[in-house]
Amino acid sequence: MSAELTRMTAADLAGLMVRGEVSAVEIAQAHLDRIAAVDGKVHAFLYVNTEGALAAARSVDERRSAGDQLGPLAGVPLALKDVFTTADMPTTCGSKILEGWRPPYDATVTRRLREAGVVILGKTNLDEFAMGSSTENSAFGPTRNPWDLTRIPGGSGGGSSASLASYQAPLAIGTDTGGSIRQPAAVTGTVGVKPTYGGVSRYGLVACASSLDQGGPCARTVLDAALLHSVIAGHDPMDSTSIDEPVPDVVAAARRGADGDLSGVRIGVVKEFAGEGYQPGVLARFGDAVEWLAKLGAEVVEVSCPHFVYALPAYYLILPSEVSSNLARFDAMRYGLRVGDDGVRSAEEVMNLTRGQGFGAEAKRRIMLGTYALSSGYYDAYYGQAQKVRTLVSRDFEAAFKRVDVLVSPTTPTTAFPIGERVDDPLAMYMADLCTIPSNLAGNASASFPCGLADEDGLPVGLHVMAPVLADDRLYRIGAAVEQAFASAWGGPLLNQVPDLEVA
Amino acid sequence: MSSISRDEAAHLARLARLDLAPDELDHLAGQLDAIAGFVAKVSEVAADDIPPTSHALPMTNVFRDDVPRPGLTQEQALDQAPDAEDGRFRVPKILGEEA
Repeated sequence: MSAELTRMTAADLAGLMVRGEVSAVEIAQAHLDRIAAVDGKVHAFLYVNTEGALAAARSVDERRSAGDQLGPLAGVPLALKDVFTTADMPTTCGSKILEGWRPPYDATVTRRLREAGVVILGKTNLDEFAMGSSTENSAFGPTRNPWDLTRIPGGSGGGSSASLASYQAPLAIGTDTGGSIRQPAAVTGTVGVKPTYGGVSRYGLVACASSLDQGGPCARTVLDAALLHSVIAGHDPMDSTSIDEPVPDVVAAARRGADGDLSGVRIGVVKEFAGEGYQPGVLARFGDAVEWLAKLGAEVVEVSCPHFVYALPAYYLILPSEVSSNLARFDAMRYGLRVGDDGVRSAEEVMNLTRGQGFGAEAKRRIMLGTYALSSGYYDAYYGQAQKVRTLVSRDFEAAFKRVDVLVSPTTPTTAFPIGERVDDPLAMYMADLCTIPSNLAGNASASFPCGLADEDGLPVGLHVMAPVLADDRLYRIGAAVEQAFASAWGGPLLNQVPDLEVA
Repeated sequence: MSSISRDEAAHLARLARLDLAPDELDHLAGQLDAIAGFVAKVSEVAADDIPPTSHALPMTNVFRDDVPRPGLTQEQALDQAPDAEDGRFRVPKILGEEA
């Protein structure tokens, strides 16, 4: 029974608890056992919250037997990306500069999860301050892809995606600044949604690039992602960029999509995201997905978004500029690492030493690049011009959404690459986010759904769906429709084909 | 557009308060130069008359009533400090010897 519990969806686990067949404590224990059995190989977690998870599960069981009204995910376990503050667990952001830091407060996302009775199993690994596409930039060692332990699980949310694909958790939280929810989902055969910017509070989310960062749900099924989306989304007065409007009904959209009828839906294939640099197996599976969308009744047309190819260079000016400013807070004075405070060195010397030793290579690259882009003399040519390109990317989306309801592309140009292959080749690493970045620049909602395995390497491929601002529900309708179509074609979910790590 | 020399990289590291070892600086300087070359592609876009976007969605100031609410206690604020003394953050000297 314990092993079966870890294979179930969040919705099914919730049903078992409602019917009184299994307790939240049994479910939490099953997942903690699974973590103990396989995370030595995967390294999805930086911290496992054994006692806290069992206590939270006990509380759910007690409230349920007392007849309390509980939310739809009460008692369901979750893996939380270690970039959200947690008052009862360390928050490291994958950085030596915050090693062992115990925040004095919970992020709004953390608080909402607790209030919904979600059982937080622990904190997941990530690229340092969510900067990277492979989780190799973590100061605490890489996470491995459950499909092939020699390969990357995506990044920055590789711990969250790997925890799902290795059945250590049925739900996870990610953050997406340039693709850090969607690209890990694609390369692990899981579901990841970046909500509309402002849809999920950033309060207590340690900032990478504030105008781009967005927390969101990760899961193995579309309905589970929708249920989690409903728990974490909504207006928060503690985040001035939080949207004060009703959350789109994503759960209803996921249920509707499961009917498999997309008639009347207009879908645009982004012309610019194909060709050179795209792995043949990725393009083949993406082509299959587009055929399925048409078979399900959608009207599929090609759409040109000419400025999308400039999104990547613009992003690598805007993001480092914001990073260089945000990471200035790590000054060795109020929290985090302090190096060389010997009573002789000045505050500035201590600060320089601490930052030199506390930040990893990618953080340093981006801080320095941002410092460069914002320097007088270069500001107009770099940062100013990138902000204009950002406007043009948004206009491409606006024009496209006059013709179609959603846009689609591959999520990332290749399947999971080998650990080590791109770690010291930043430009090759940046290409992983080529297709996902436009939505971060424009702030609209996007998601990645599994669409099969590439022929040449047998690794997962993601279908990327982009919807207008505040039309997050469209992602779920389309995702659920292709999910049920693929499940009947494949004889079950794609993840049924992932290797069993306990036997190997 | 300009490229990033080793001297310029050293200057950026100073501005960004990053103490780098010489070999680290050599390595990063080359990579930064390559990245700067790549991002310069933005200059290919004719955008003179295009307004800049600094934020994904249109933002206006958000106001709320000025109602006091609990913040961190002194103990909580100092709990994770690298060093504390007399209920305050203890920091290294901020002025040079000559001061």
